[in-house]
Amino acid sequence: MTVEKLLVANRGEIAVRIIRAARELGIKTVLAASEPDEGSYAAQLADEVAIIGPAPAGKSYLNAEAVLEAASATGCDSLHPGYGFLSENAGFARAVVDRGLTWIGPSADAIELMGNKSRARQAAKAAGVPTLRGSDGALTPDSDILGIAETVGYPLVVKASAGGGGRGIRLVTAAADLLSTVEIAQAEAQAAFGDSTVYLEQFVHRARHVEVQIIGDGAQVIHLGDRDCSLQRRQQKIVEEAPAPGLPDDVRATILASSIELGRQCHYSGLGTVEFLYNPDTQEAAFIEMNTRLQVEHPVTEMITGLDLIREQILVARDGALRLTPEDIAFTGHAFEFRINAEDPENGFMPSPGTLERLQWPGGPGVRIDSGVVAGSAVAPFYDSLLAKLIVWDSSRDQAMARSAGALSEVLISGVKTTLPLLKAVLARSEVVAVEHHSKFIETTPDLLGASA
Amino acid sequence: MTDIISPLPGIFYRKPGPDKEPYAAVGDRIDAGQTVGVVEIMKQFSEVRSDVSGILESFAIEDSGTVNPGDVIATVTEG
Repeated sequence: MTVEKLLVANRGEIAVRIIRAARELGIKTVLAASEPDEGSYAAQLADEVAIIGPAPAGKSYLNAEAVLEAASATGCDSLHPGYGFLSENAGFARAVVDRGLTWIGPSADAIELMGNKSRARQAAKAAGVPTLRGSDGALTPDSDILGIAETVGYPLVVKASAGGGGRGIRLVTAAADLLSTVEIAQAEAQAAFGDSTVYLEQFVHRARHVEVQIIGDGAQVIHLGDRDCSLQRRQQKIVEEAPAPGLPDDVRATILASSIELGRQCHYSGLGTVEFLYNPDTQEAAFIEMNTRLQVEHPVTEMITGLDLIREQILVARDGALRLTPEDIAFTGHAFEFRINAEDPENGFMPSPGTLERLQWPGGPGVRIDSGVVAGSAVAPFYDSLLAKLIVWDSSRDQAMARSAGALSEVLISGVKTTLPLLKAVLARSEVVAVEHHSKFIETTPDLLGASA
Repeated sequence: MTDIISPLPGIFYRKPGPDKEPYAAVGDRIDAGQTVGVVEIMKQFSEVRSDVSGILESFAIEDSGTVNPGDVIATVTEG
């Protein structure tokens, strides 16, 4: 496959990041941008800009036909979808390949398999990945729902097969509520995803969210270590770190090895992330889902491996073969990522669009900024609130936390409200220092949520 | 005549989803506090409500149209 001129089908910090990676490989870039993004920082850095439609994402970044047309019109031979938008749309991946373009991502079949959460769960189980107790695939009209629930145990969750990323989940604490909840969940899943199938899974209280980065070429699959993304608000990750702290050696070995096996069994090509719930009380990890794309938090893995993940992702797609072996991967130190969002923590995290009047980033060794904006940039109300990511590396977790505190204190942003106060407060919590945090920690710690609590 | 003003910048939708019925149509009787649409800002949705009861006279913003704070979204004749 050739990758000489790449269409970057995304915006913001990840578009900037992809453009940089492509540039270093001598690849020309075309940014597919909506009308209001025509003057964005990513647009300034790209070799060319192709306008794909007006502000609403449905008419631009999610408009598959407009994106494909932009690739053809500008003579691109390849397409990088970034994360979000069309990145996990199997039909789009297929259409890109059908047009003779190189798709920088896994096969459409792999995207489809992992996009169906009950099938993904079965694939994981078959590959020896630890899974939570649950129904064997989706519930059918003939299923003995109460009987299955009895073997799963209460509390349990009813999950939509087409859900994911925390969407389409309902908690059931007692058998009396089960059948009515399943019915509601099926109706909701039909309305939200066009697929009414649901499955049952054991509920884990106060779990941590850990994940494994893999990369493959369809035959060989290797891991690039693990991450912890437990610090979330409303299922959205806020702070991530690598490696995942406080994991027993056998648990880490199990999730790393079984993630590779899952990748092998589905002939995985490109970057992927296998997500797990880790229960510190029982010291057990279990499969949640697999994301078939580049993750927002990929830089923490880059910081501890010294690799450029997007470079490797592009090279695997171009050459069809992985150039890395497990022996090439060495892990050093510890890294954190902080997501700086244009939201007002004092006002219930209300989105805060505007113009960035002043922007001052931190510096020093081990400090990295992946930003989609510069001073003077407009933060449009139409898209995700992620402005930039601060990534900090140091030799140990304690040192990385100290360095992060300094770096966060150097950030100065005016013109929009940001989540910086929350990030600083989270980092200072003794529970986070001691790795006693969990995925509901931010939401259940009123001190962290400021005036909204 | 009372204008319904957008408090937020973003995208105005007259329907809760692409395949759904609109919240309200021109000519409908509207109660005070009734939702006539939603404004999407950075993937968060805020409902737009009428402060008064009356007949929905017109929409000033088309479905999926862009709004700025202070823009008139719709007009209601009180009564």
